[in-house]
Amino acid sequence: MSYKVGIDIGSTTVKVVVLDENNTMLFHSYERHFSKVREKAAEQLRCVARMLEGKSVRTVITGSAGLGVAKAGDISFVQEVYATAAAVNAYIPDADAVIELGGEDAKIIFFKGSLEERMNGSCAGGTGAFIDQMATLLNVTAPELDKLALQHEKIYPIASRCGVFAKSDIQPILNQGGRKEDIAASIFQAVVDQTIAGLTQGRELTGKIVFLGGPLHFLQGLRERFVETLKLDENSAIFPENAECFAALGAAICAEDYPAMDYAELLDRLEKSTVQTGLTDTMQPLFNNEAEYEEFKARHAKATPDLLDIESYSGAAYLGIDAGSTTTKMVLATADGGILYSYYGSNQGNPVTIVLAKLKEIYALCGDKIKIMGSAVTGYGEELIKNAFSADLGLVETVAHYRAARHFDPKVDFIIDIGGQDMKCFKIRNGAVDSIMLNEACSSGCGSFIESFARALGYEIKDFAQLGILDQNPVNLGSRCTVFMNSSVKQAQKEGASVEDISAGLSVSVVKNAIYKVIRAASPDDLGKNIVVQGGTFLNDAVLRGFEQEIGRNVTRPTIAGLMGAYGAALYAADAKPENPALLSAAALDTFEHTARPTTCKGCTNHCSLTINTFDGGRRFISGNRCSKPLGKTVQELPNLYKFKLEKLKAMQGKGEGNGSRGRIGLPFGLNIFENLPLWYTLFTKLNFEVVLSPVSDRGTYKRGQRSIPSDTVCYPAKLMHGHIEDLIDMGVDAIFYPCMSYNFDEGKGDNHYNCPVVAYYPELLGANVPRLKDVRYLAPYVGLHRPKDFKKKFGEFMKKEFGVPEKETAAAVEAGYAAYRAYKDEVVRTGREYIEAARKEGRTIIVLAGRPYHIDPEINHGIDELINSLGLVLITEDCVCGNVEKESRRVLNQWTYQARMYDAARYVCTQPDMQMVQLVSFGCGTDAITTDELRDILEDGGKLYTPIKIDDINNLGAVKIRLRSLVAAVEELGGNK
Amino acid sequence: MAKLEYDKNGRLLFTKEMKKEYTLLIPQMLPIHFGMMRMCLQKRGYNCVTLDNMNQRAIADIGLKYVHNDTCYPALLVIGQLIDALNSGKYDKDKVGLFITQTGGGCRASNYIHLLRKALKKADMEQVPVISINLSGLEKNPGFKMTLPLILQLVFCIVYGDIIMLLANQCRPYEVNKGETDALVARWEERLVKEFQKGGFSMKKLRRNFDLIVADFAKIERIVTPRPRVGVVGEIYVKYSPLGNNNLEQFLQDEGAEVVVPGLVDFVIFKIYNRDADVDLYGGMKLKKMVVGALQKYVEKCQQAMIDAVKKYPEFRPPSPFSHLKEKAAGYLGMGNKMGEGWLLTAEMLELIEDGTNNIVCTQPFGCLPNHIVGKGMIRRLKDDYPNSNIVAIDYDPGATRINQENRIKLMLANAGRMEKAKAEEKNEITV
Repeated sequence: MSYKVGIDIGSTTVKVVVLDENNTMLFHSYERHFSKVREKAAEQLRCVARMLEGKSVRTVITGSAGLGVAKAGDISFVQEVYATAAAVNAYIPDADAVIELGGEDAKIIFFKGSLEERMNGSCAGGTGAFIDQMATLLNVTAPELDKLALQHEKIYPIASRCGVFAKSDIQPILNQGGRKEDIAASIFQAVVDQTIAGLTQGRELTGKIVFLGGPLHFLQGLRERFVETLKLDENSAIFPENAECFAALGAAICAEDYPAMDYAELLDRLEKSTVQTGLTDTMQPLFNNEAEYEEFKARHAKATPDLLDIESYSGAAYLGIDAGSTTTKMVLATADGGILYSYYGSNQGNPVTIVLAKLKEIYALCGDKIKIMGSAVTGYGEELIKNAFSADLGLVETVAHYRAARHFDPKVDFIIDIGGQDMKCFKIRNGAVDSIMLNEACSSGCGSFIESFARALGYEIKDFAQLGILDQNPVNLGSRCTVFMNSSVKQAQKEGASVEDISAGLSVSVVKNAIYKVIRAASPDDLGKNIVVQGGTFLNDAVLRGFEQEIGRNVTRPTIAGLMGAYGAALYAADAKPENPALLSAAALDTFEHTARPTTCKGCTNHCSLTINTFDGGRRFISGNRCSKPLGKTVQELPNLYKFKLEKLKAMQGKGEGNGSRGRIGLPFGLNIFENLPLWYTLFTKLNFEVVLSPVSDRGTYKRGQRSIPSDTVCYPAKLMHGHIEDLIDMGVDAIFYPCMSYNFDEGKGDNHYNCPVVAYYPELLGANVPRLKDVRYLAPYVGLHRPKDFKKKFGEFMKKEFGVPEKETAAAVEAGYAAYRAYKDEVVRTGREYIEAARKEGRTIIVLAGRPYHIDPEINHGIDELINSLGLVLITEDCVCGNVEKESRRVLNQWTYQARMYDAARYVCTQPDMQMVQLVSFGCGTDAITTDELRDILEDGGKLYTPIKIDDINNLGAVKIRLRSLVAAVEELGGNK
Repeated sequence: MAKLEYDKNGRLLFTKEMKKEYTLLIPQMLPIHFGMMRMCLQKRGYNCVTLDNMNQRAIADIGLKYVHNDTCYPALLVIGQLIDALNSGKYDKDKVGLFITQTGGGCRASNYIHLLRKALKKADMEQVPVISINLSGLEKNPGFKMTLPLILQLVFCIVYGDIIMLLANQCRPYEVNKGETDALVARWEERLVKEFQKGGFSMKKLRRNFDLIVADFAKIERIVTPRPRVGVVGEIYVKYSPLGNNNLEQFLQDEGAEVVVPGLVDFVIFKIYNRDADVDLYGGMKLKKMVVGALQKYVEKCQQAMIDAVKKYPEFRPPSPFSHLKEKAAGYLGMGNKMGEGWLLTAEMLELIEDGTNNIVCTQPFGCLPNHIVGKGMIRRLKDDYPNSNIVAIDYDPGATRINQENRIKLMLANAGRMEKAKAEEKNEITV
């Protein structure tokens, strides 16, 4: 008799299944392999030695990491989705669809109708790795996360596309006191949304659905989210008993068709598949020998502050608190920078408790002889902690870090801080923080990156990092996302890399990420001459050494690298010497109480998730707000041209001056319509159409349309269009009009006047992907507004053909449309001018918020305009000042109309002392890869600060605030608006 | 030594003196085509070299270092390859220039040349002139002229390259004597290059050579065993360049597939035709329409000659003419969809399906703007209209690992196998 063996080697686990001839399962196992792929597989096979010894077996390997093993051992291979489909066919023949989540993969198989299989593409958001990453962030294990989730009360919107984005959503909720239970459930909901959005792409998930894979097998909370979201019941949601090893089961079934071999031979092949191909791509070692390492350690030991004995000191002291995203740091220092006390630890999701405990400890140590004469807070939790404990000052992280770095190197001109999941670096110019670079797109290259690898390989982070120090063959892993790095590591292991090689390689890849992805430096001089490095990650000697090697220059790493924010805050407090130090007294701490209650603000359509913190039963602090509305204060509304434009455009719907007799025509309120609406509105109402504009975007718009988005890497503004189309269909229009436009208006300022490909052709994508559009009259003609005369003629023909409108009538309407467009543009310019004058009267800084016309959509800009206003700044747009300069050639091909406006606006900003530019960059916007560098050059050559802000579907404004506050601080430092 | 001269915008020009003294580097994309093009340029007195440095990791790293990391992968590779070559020590940095193509459309690709100049500045090699090869009259240089005869010769290179690639792909998987196909490819390359040196550019000669080429390939001894056919479409660089697609063709072939790669000439006609379509859609000069129309006709004539030659041998599958692709795209995308590969990409997928090649790898650089629409954006429609189509979209970028890409391609191949099997069973049932 012949047995069938299926071995599924996934990204994190090995699964083995043994079947007899009748497909009865005789054995199955599921274990983490910690990258020891072959060994684990062989080990599990040996467990069944008694059963299989001397027997003939048919074996098939499957799984993403199994391919290499199969090749090397000359064992048959089938792709895992294929194997899974085979297993489902055999055991659950009436299934309509399968959802399978693995370590790095997410898959959906549709059985009903034509068989279709989908896998996640190049992004691993929403998979097991993502859940692990999030659990780490909450400082719990995955099973604990699961337990928490089952007790949730509320779901927060969390981006799941990438761990980094999710983290930026979760961090503020955590820091503002949100419940871990709710966050845990929200994480699972994000996974559900990601799976549905990313993989269904227009196909309905209905009927009997089978859930497979490790995470879905083990995590009840995740199951619950899926069942609820898909509105399933006991009969339609199937969680098979062996869900975690279905692919292995399928492989075993497939083995039927493959040749048999002796069990001993199978084991032999598996074990011998260790082909030592030798590492092909290695780098220079970090240290050639022990002596070099000792010399290195001695050099860096020099950058240390005075450490004083708190017991013997008496006098004034200053407290600095850095309430970071994952850790809390506190330093008590003397006025001249001697350290009396320091604390560094995880904030365990609740910084208030930690600070409270440590503050009590400090007071006890101080007794009567040390008086805290000033206190300052920085970091993500700044406002919360400042309010909780009545600290005197709050300062933005960058300023705190600079203050601390200056203490060690007064000539410092570049600071890089790598923490757990954040990376910040900035230059110092004229004593002010300049050119801030943050890792907005990706958390690769941060501390937690190495940490998660250490854990995956079964090491503690400290031991793991140390392993690489004296390694002679660090493997070159390039620089990329954690998730992709997994596969690079796998590849390296296949080639025989040791743990030491990988440890050193990972440390260097952190450095490369920082230098090439975040800083984008080409040479060490791009950074600066006097570099101070800090943040917990640099306490890792391998990373520090890698950094010095990569930039070819020695740097200063203070021994308190992890405490620099808190230290800087303490020094800042010492500089300020507040007159009436207000920090809560020891007595007040004894009765300190803190409660946090989550709620949703109903002040406007942003629906901010607020947390109401109450201290000592009375004092209140509200966080999570973007504007001052929920605070109940009446503040002066500052000029905001984003708002002005949005209000103007929103009004352009209805019958206008016409009678609407020709029908209701729907326009989706997104992308190009934001620019051309005045024209279309006037044109159509003139022709007696009623213009139906889809409602201004909100989170729901995205959700309503996300099922039909075919490309998950397209920009968020484009993704929203799917929801706008759904909305228009719901509103019951006679036709939807959304034209294709290769060309934009020719404003005579560039080399050409294109739209970007997405703006130009998205109407065609919608037509092909939104299923409901088949039932609606959908008009997406190519139009050329850049040639008014031809357009009048061509559009006349179009309207005649489609609606029987006489061409003469259309011609007049087109002319009126152009006139309305010009009038709108003029009004924007005029109003901008008024705003500028108003700002100047009050001596306020003017921010030109540059982007595309559709960035005024509040769901796209996430209220950044209001945030800017809340910092006391006046906001105008690129299109109200770009006309103020003459045409000038650029060092890039200046071929897009919208982008050309930004270049010109930047040039104008350079001529105005009281203006600064902030650029909004949509994630995934390919053209901005070009504009950002060019704008930076224009602004920096003109002596201005460059502040780009990357935005996506996330609505966390933490990083944005750092940038904007640093900008404000720098403007002040540089002498205000003189 | 040649003096450095600049135009009024400060762009470094490639001068006539430089033409005499300088070595010109051409980045690699399609070895057969580009090899012949190099010869054409050499014949006109340009001392050029097509690059053969192909260490993907090293080149991508250089690209990452000198080009904005969010820029598309082809830009990273092309610029990385050029700078890697400049740093190799093989060339005198004061006597070397670079060629780069510029399509001139609304896609980011038109900006490669500017990104290359920025990279040269960063790498401290601003003295190296960059020459744009384009059909839009962008960036003129006194030392280099895109003359009509040169354009026509380059077109010849492209159709020669296409026919050789087409036939080789249809022979290689089935050849009895391993290596015979590639040897024949090499022989023809050499022969054509020799002819170019003598000035062998005429339509008559082209037709004759086509006949000889097809006859030669037909002589290769083959055993036709059933294999899945897999089409490769996508963004032009990652579609063709082994450097860009992790040697995709080789991988597919090793997996037992016959690879079908639509030729380059359609892309050339597409880019010419776009100007014509613009006039139709938006109005404009009739004269422009006539001039581009004439050029388009000529290139289409060359393509037709290729098709005619292949048709003479029923064992080979000829490509479709451009006009047919245009018809296929109708109903899916407008003729105005012209950025990047535009409607042509979708048309190529449709043509492959029509031709029975249901299995398709749609390649694109990560975040490729036009491909959101014409690649990934059309797969849903294609699946609706052709339920048997089996298309996988693969993203390429410096971080995407081969293992991930290959696993996804393997799934597509597994489905291909299953469908073949189902088809075979269906046939059996009918015969029974």
